[in-house]
Amino acid sequence: MNTFVVLVENVPGVLTRVASLVRRRGFNIESLTVGHTETDEVSRMTIVIDTDDLGARRVEAHLYKLLNVLRVDHISAQTAVLRDLALIKVSATPETRAQIMQLTQVFRARVVDVSPTSLMIETTGTEDKVDSLIEVLRPYGILEMARTGRVAMARGTGPTRTQTYEDVEATEDSNVSYSV
Amino acid sequence: MKKTGGQILWESLVREGVTCVFGYPGGAILPAYDAMLDYPIRHVLVRHEQGATHMADGYARASGGVGVAIATSGPGATNMVTGIATAMMDSVPIVCITGQVGSKLIGSDAFQETDITGITLPVTKHNYLVTRADEVARVVREAFYVARSGRPGPVLIDITKDAQQSLAEFVWPDEPKLRGYRPAHRPLEREVEHALDLIHSAKRPVILAGHGIMVSGAMTVVRQFAERTNIPIAMTLLGIGGFPASHPLNLGMMGMHGEAWVNTAIQEADLLLAFGMRFDDRVTGNLKTYAPTAKKIHIDIDPAEINKNVRADVGLVGDLRETLEELLPRVEACDRGEWLSYIGGLKGDAAVRDIQNLPDNGHLYAAHVINDIWRETDGKAIVVTDVGQHQMWEAQYYKHEDPRSLITSGGLGTMGFALPAAIGAKLARPDAEVWVVAGDGGFQMTLAELGTIMQEGIDINVAIINNGYLGMVRQWQEFFYERRYAATPLVSPDFAKLAEAYGLKAMHVSTRAEVVPSVQAARAHRGTVVIDFHVEQEDSVYPMVPAGNDLHNMIRRPSAIVETGADA
Repeated sequence: MNTFVVLVENVPGVLTRVASLVRRRGFNIESLTVGHTETDEVSRMTIVIDTDDLGARRVEAHLYKLLNVLRVDHISAQTAVLRDLALIKVSATPETRAQIMQLTQVFRARVVDVSPTSLMIETTGTEDKVDSLIEVLRPYGILEMARTGRVAMARGTGPTRTQTYEDVEATEDSNVSYSV
Repeated sequence: MKKTGGQILWESLVREGVTCVFGYPGGAILPAYDAMLDYPIRHVLVRHEQGATHMADGYARASGGVGVAIATSGPGATNMVTGIATAMMDSVPIVCITGQVGSKLIGSDAFQETDITGITLPVTKHNYLVTRADEVARVVREAFYVARSGRPGPVLIDITKDAQQSLAEFVWPDEPKLRGYRPAHRPLEREVEHALDLIHSAKRPVILAGHGIMVSGAMTVVRQFAERTNIPIAMTLLGIGGFPASHPLNLGMMGMHGEAWVNTAIQEADLLLAFGMRFDDRVTGNLKTYAPTAKKIHIDIDPAEINKNVRADVGLVGDLRETLEELLPRVEACDRGEWLSYIGGLKGDAAVRDIQNLPDNGHLYAAHVINDIWRETDGKAIVVTDVGQHQMWEAQYYKHEDPRSLITSGGLGTMGFALPAAIGAKLARPDAEVWVVAGDGGFQMTLAELGTIMQEGIDINVAIINNGYLGMVRQWQEFFYERRYAATPLVSPDFAKLAEAYGLKAMHVSTRAEVVPSVQAARAHRGTVVIDFHVEQEDSVYPMVPAGNDLHNMIRRPSAIVETGADA
């Protein structure tokens, strides 16, 4: 899995452009999230693509060909914080409710809604952690689930930081080597 | 004073230096057409919007500038898609302008509404939907800049009807501002040094020259580079003309229908220098066995091309001309006598393909027709080909000395390209002699543009290589499908009568003796002449590397062909 953080101009159609590019170049999107950044004109996408190193370089180069793409960072090559958010609705009876809530605490997840027959649990973490929680909840009966897909950020004052729009403009990829 | 969006459009095109556009009016583009009459721009009325895009394409390829096509919304816009995709694959700068339904109607399935920016998204370098008159000037400025800079390509501008009608101040931006667009690249110094080392230590190097020579204007520096380093040059189809055919270092075309010595030289090379080419599958054959002993230096303006198909040992991302100008003073003169004489030996007798002097056996071969056109035009014509067998024979038997003298759809392989593209080429270079070489199949895809020729008084010559088959497909059926000719026999109208119906001069030719006189008569005639050459029906293009095969495993010319005179 390769994770890319892509900063794009916040203009109509930009999501289609990125998604269409990845599809037509024959790559599969595992997950794609998009949202605001600290700068109004810039949106931030986290794209997870199942490919090898060479494929990752191709994705990056092709993304740069889109005029609305300001910056691409291949996060898999850096130390980064990766997070997934999930809402999980679990079937709960008076007998099982306490057990489920206990499990929720162990995973440092939160119960955000309670009904006579179900609980809704919110959790944030790495995909592994979310997957594990889902596994332990599964025997109780998962009624509904929503996951956001991965969002990522490099640790430290890394290159993806965009204090101002001009910073994005100023970033140069002039030191990129294209040789094997 | 405020102007309408339509007026701003033409004002902007004039500022971009546009003097000629190819188009077809309709409801959603009418406000723009109404404003056109007040601006010094020639409008060529086409017969189908696909023709408009190919004309803009031919105009751009012949001139080196940007071609412009214009159409209405819906079907007008969708008819442009093939031409846009053609320009995209061959990196040709065209700007296509389409009308769109009023901005309030977008999304309502209005009459002649189609999502053309969505449809063309994968086949344009960039596209725009303009919904306000005050955006028109900026977008046109950007579109031309994007189309011609970096790796060129088509840009589409979709303008809603209300944006054409409403008023805005005309403000021409000093320069386009595109934050995410960085067309200029320069290779890194350490890569340049690495490349120089490889060049100096190579014993069997070959240059692979592509369309990038023309796009970056690198003809002179490529020649200087090749001569100083004594490295032979193989051409891609679109590279033809970028290096003189008569130059001793020019090996000819590589790839599927390249000559055996060219492909053999590539397979045995120890260094390939790819100049503005993209290792298309028609050029490489089987990638696993492609040039197995060669290091590769890949120079291209588009970073996404490096390591896309072939792993590059050195990738130099930059403009070809600028990059070679940087390399040239640093390369040492080399003697490659051994390697060059080895390649010379590979050519053997095949190098002397003097088909002119073969005895006339009563049959007419396409190769003769094209070779005679080459002789009669002194190799100075702009030849615009369609797609198929005749295209490959043209590449083999018309010896191009000058850049931008062969105009052909390489990447997309668009049948129907030739006739409209030739009209565009002629309008771009009115003093040049322009020849269409097309098959009977492709010609019929866009022959309605004979009407454009008639109306605009275009003076070109059209050679139809008429073999009664969709010849290249028939050849594949012969080689790979046991001669089961599914849907390839083709019945055509009397092309001469058809041309005459358009008021054009026309001839039929079916013997070799008539070829030269017909070509001479066509050249002497003012106005377009259509010559219908009835050639041998089941002739094939040799040599041939079957698709996906190893480049060195080619189907050679059978000896029977020598007897029939198609080749020697």
